[in-house]
Amino acid sequence: MAAVFPPTPMPTAPLQRPAARRPIRWAPIVLTGIALAYLALFLFVPLAAVFFEAFKKGAGFYWDAIREPDAWSAIQLTLITSAIAVPLNLVFGVAAAWAIAKFDFRGKSFLITLIDLPFSVSPVISGLIYVLIFGLQGWVGPWLSEHDIKIIFAVPGIVLATIFITFPFVARELIPLMQAQGREEEEAAAILGASGWQTLWYVTLPNVKWGLLYGVILCNARAMGEFGAVSVVSGHIRGETNTLPLHVEILYNEYAFAAAFACASLLAFLALITLAIKSIVEAGPPSPPTPLPKSGEGGVLLHKAFGLARNN
Amino acid sequence: MAQGAFSRPHSVLPGFNLALGYTLFYLGLIVLIPLSAAFIKTFSLTWESFWVTVSAPRVVASYWLTFRTSLLAAAINAVFGLLTAWVLVRYKFPGKRFIDALVDLPFALPTAVAGIALTAVYATNGWLGKPLDEMGIKVAFTPLGILVALTFIGLPFVVRTVQPVLEDLEEELEEAAKSLGASNWQTFSRVIFPTVRPAVITGFTLAFARALGEYGSVIFIAGNMPMVSEITPLIIITKLEQYDYSGATAVAVVMLVASFLLLLAINTLQWWARRRRNEEAV
Repeated sequence: MAAVFPPTPMPTAPLQRPAARRPIRWAPIVLTGIALAYLALFLFVPLAAVFFEAFKKGAGFYWDAIREPDAWSAIQLTLITSAIAVPLNLVFGVAAAWAIAKFDFRGKSFLITLIDLPFSVSPVISGLIYVLIFGLQGWVGPWLSEHDIKIIFAVPGIVLATIFITFPFVARELIPLMQAQGREEEEAAAILGASGWQTLWYVTLPNVKWGLLYGVILCNARAMGEFGAVSVVSGHIRGETNTLPLHVEILYNEYAFAAAFACASLLAFLALITLAIKSIVEAGPPSPPTPLPKSGEGGVLLHKAFGLARNN
Repeated sequence: MAQGAFSRPHSVLPGFNLALGYTLFYLGLIVLIPLSAAFIKTFSLTWESFWVTVSAPRVVASYWLTFRTSLLAAAINAVFGLLTAWVLVRYKFPGKRFIDALVDLPFALPTAVAGIALTAVYATNGWLGKPLDEMGIKVAFTPLGILVALTFIGLPFVVRTVQPVLEDLEEELEEAAKSLGASNWQTFSRVIFPTVRPAVITGFTLAFARALGEYGSVIFIAGNMPMVSEITPLIIITKLEQYDYSGATAVAVVMLVASFLLLLAINTLQWWARRRRNEEAV
């Protein structure tokens, strides 16, 4: 074979290597094949199934299923819930990151562990604890019912459970980012006479805006899609306390599969938009991103695992 | 570490008291007080009635089912997640960026949507369920279906913990190993795997912890037969629907303690990994 190509004044050994290696370069193909099969079985096929089942009965049926009054009120409740939960957790995330990243104090890592707690609690239990407090048999339940305030089996309970579930997202995104950026810029601003709010608004937030955006969209995706916790506190009253994921469940249990998948496809679409924004944020913000602490460092591993960090 | 001795509450920067105060207030209000409610509620039970509730055969069967399916799903994700991370870091193929982005789908897709989608695909008339059924394997409405759902929701953890470590791994090390005569397998088991092992273990533990508490994606595909395919979170829901709040709380406390122990294990693991790395650096 090598003789076909004219003057190659190289010694034979290096020439033989590629020739000998080429036939056994199966490993990349086989490994890629296995990885893609694994991803297909668990990710791609189910995702495709959502859209396929949603449009099975045609586009007309799809639109009717989405515009149906109960579905529409479920969409509205989902939007309201995340419109309350996300800003509250955003303010918390900025405050927590400011305290943890810009100051030294005892018990810092314990505080970070506490902030992560909602990640390690089953969604069902997240709902249950609010029932134990605000439910009729709960701590403040009797007082609430005397004053005719409904929290459990009503919108406030849904909002509370959603806040709990999405509690760590923004903080978890901002803390490592702001820790990596250090304090010099803020200290310079403070010495030059900027107030605390000015420093936060003009120095810190512009530096972390991409991480902040990513934390917010992830928080939002989870807030709109939460099922277990909301299911416990909602009471499943159609048209009143049904969020979109709960509406999907009801339709599914009534064997209205096409309608269930039509509503589910809205949530799947939201998930795809979330992933697209994440991908854009990672690919390269206009301003050079601040490097994270060296990958593999304690918090970052956990942090990466929740898909909250960039890959650089 | 003399961290405490060097702690400087008096920084040039303002806002420490406000930021930390608000953090602790919000944390207490939203997380700590409600979580403590579960434990305080349990104290209203006598030890006997607590024990009878949490050791009932149907509940114990659900622990065992939840534990073994979660463990197996995390193990599947450890093996194939490592492989997927390797493929994504080292090889080039069309559509790679798109596929890389989609790995995070289980984090973004609502669990109920995942549940009905997996059920549709793996039911006996589904795209994958039908050929599997012809081979005599029933997936949906069996414990195997639970395994599929838990594998789905745990899929990104190992990939995303291992990926950055593999990206940092210097190819020179592998080339050195190969040039010294190591086989592919030896290079993997002696050079690559020891480096990524802490990340694999962390990802495995996170996937396992997530699977233990999972509810939404499982209930659609599980079939939910008592003693056979009923997971522990569903036991809590069932007790709640029967207004058995103390029973639900007792089972919840068992789950909470289990997940706190796991959280502790994760933190210890990372502390250990960090220490090991620091020792290597020195």
